[in-house]
Amino acid sequence: MAEKYQLKSKEVWDGNTAASHALRQAQVDVVAAYPITPSTPIVQNYASFLANGYVDGEFVMVESEHSAMSACVGAAAAGGRVATATSSQGYALMVEVLYQASGMRLPIVMTVVNRALASPLNIHGDHGDLYLGRDAGWIHLIANNPQEAYDMTLCAFRIAEDERVRLPVTTNQDGFLVSHTAQVVEPLDDDTAYKFIGDYKPLNPMLDIKNPQTYGAQTEEEWHFEFKATQHKALMESPAVIDEVFAAFEKLTGRKYNRVESYKLDDAEIALVVMGSAYETSMVAVDKAREEGIKVGLIMPRSFRPFPYNEIAEKLKNIKAIAALDRSCPMGAMGALYNEVAGALAANGESAIMTNYIYGLGGRDTTIEHILEVIKETNENAKAGKRVTDLQGFINLRGPKLSFN
Amino acid sequence: MKNISNLKEFACTPDRFQGGHRLCPGCAHGMIVREVVNATEDDLVISTATGCLEVCSAIYPYTSWDVSWLHIGFENAAAGISGAEAMYKALSRKNRLYNEDRNVKFVAFGGDGGTYDIGFQSLSGATERGHDFLYVCLDNEGYMNTGGQRSSSTPIGAHTTTSPRGRVSYGEKNRKKDLTMIMAAHGCPYVATAVPGSKHWKDLAAKAAKAISTAGPTFINALSPCTTEWKFKPEDTVEIADLAVETCMFPLYEIEDGHKLTITYRPKQKLPVEEYLSRQGRFSHLFKPENSWVLEEIQKEVDRYWEYLLRREEAGV
Repeated sequence: MAEKYQLKSKEVWDGNTAASHALRQAQVDVVAAYPITPSTPIVQNYASFLANGYVDGEFVMVESEHSAMSACVGAAAAGGRVATATSSQGYALMVEVLYQASGMRLPIVMTVVNRALASPLNIHGDHGDLYLGRDAGWIHLIANNPQEAYDMTLCAFRIAEDERVRLPVTTNQDGFLVSHTAQVVEPLDDDTAYKFIGDYKPLNPMLDIKNPQTYGAQTEEEWHFEFKATQHKALMESPAVIDEVFAAFEKLTGRKYNRVESYKLDDAEIALVVMGSAYETSMVAVDKAREEGIKVGLIMPRSFRPFPYNEIAEKLKNIKAIAALDRSCPMGAMGALYNEVAGALAANGESAIMTNYIYGLGGRDTTIEHILEVIKETNENAKAGKRVTDLQGFINLRGPKLSFN
Repeated sequence: MKNISNLKEFACTPDRFQGGHRLCPGCAHGMIVREVVNATEDDLVISTATGCLEVCSAIYPYTSWDVSWLHIGFENAAAGISGAEAMYKALSRKNRLYNEDRNVKFVAFGGDGGTYDIGFQSLSGATERGHDFLYVCLDNEGYMNTGGQRSSSTPIGAHTTTSPRGRVSYGEKNRKKDLTMIMAAHGCPYVATAVPGSKHWKDLAAKAAKAISTAGPTFINALSPCTTEWKFKPEDTVEIADLAVETCMFPLYEIEDGHKLTITYRPKQKLPVEEYLSRQGRFSHLFKPENSWVLEEIQKEVDRYWEYLLRREEAGV
């Protein structure tokens, strides 16, 4: 048995520390990982927990992220709780196996400390890696601060392992801005945290050798489509379970999470859509803008996949102008949040004047003032009743102004 | 190890790898796999790299495997099995094994593409980490599942679709990578070469049994003559394998603890390499007068390597 870790009711943790304690409390059976900035401390902390008897599972220090996710797949198919962590290039190296993990319906939990993708090389935060894994068949949850990084990781195990879901889950936190920024976190004690997650529920384990299992069979045109459609169905129907888990978590901790988070949206005329730590920056900017009489609100999909189309459309139905802020360079299109939100509105017969802003690439600062500027531009669109600003702009980009229409 | 006293009995032991798979008639993969999976009474969990064996043995909704089986990708059979083995250790420590009365062993199969080339990093990593598993390379000296492209296992002079013979080409230019020795250099407790067939089947069975029962990472490099791409008649597979051994093109040996080398079969009289090469269409161009020097080079290299094995065995270091 692993030793219990004595935690205070309030700890000062950064996002990495928070995530690693959640992994420890989940009593993960196998962690297979490869360190990469800025998620390295998660792996280091886990190694330290193991070295001091706080973890009694296996810790497999592989030679690459490709092997990390491959070992996670082998371990999860064998039949037990599995987790890992990565960032950026490591995530990119895993991509092939991310699809394998979800296709085999393996409930692996991975903390992704979001970081820019090279080239040029950059170790700082943006959502390039998260967007790369968008279609990989995983549930993607967003955490905006260390407390949420801890909470989302606990919730992730329960969602992933639910027999109605059985899909892998990433919990995302911004590199450095969350992963290396210490804040007060209120953890659960070890027993309570584990009880919330519950024992691992085996489903078709390879190690039940009296009932041999085949994982990763070949399917061609007769069956591939059916398997992928079934997998998509599981994702599309997972919101019911995510809501249940968030409700149970609220009952336990008083901390309420929603698949769509919003701030001051009730009487808002304009809205920003933003994910990650910039959501909190935007909250302050919203307060300031409201002091100036601008009725602005905020919205964020906490579950980036499955994307909460209907909930977002419902919340935005009376909004005149919307700015979608994407922390990833879309390379030849509008950003993902712009496209998803526009699609959500269209699907529900709603419309709003929509603009797209690209921000924070490679850890570029996005300040309250920058967000205020976006709010004011969006307000101009609302007042004019049509788009008078650029369709796609770049926040805090040096050099001549860059925009697309 | 199962008590199988003659080769025919193998044909009657389909309990782990069933017939009806879609491997080519005359393919050696099936023979090697069945020998390996029957080499132990312990239960098995198997991973297989993408390749001939994988695409021919588990086409949904069918499977030839009566043991738990995992296929992830081309390059990660070793990483995948290492994860399964780690889970076995974790559940054992936590008293949560699914069948406490059973002993489970872990085996990975990969072709030379999935082993020598794209999966080499994964294999090297899993080996270095000391997982308790056997990795069997089904070495047919090229990417045969996709129509016969070269790999780093393709021997000098062989025609493949990406090292073709031509007006100014004698086929593959590079020597076959010495993967068995590279695996031994990892310090594996047990590494061996093997061939399928009627003459050396006991050698393969004994090596597989020894590898599976040895704690830690073990490796068997099994030559798997490929009727389709090596261009010989399907009924000649076993003969071709035997000729590889008799010519010392593919010597049979084992290495314990990373250094102690034992030659497990000595040809009474080493046959000239032509006896092996002339039986395969992939080498037919070497018998043109302008390529005779390639044959000489191959013979020289085979002689040198055989001498190296003999001396190393004798030295006992």
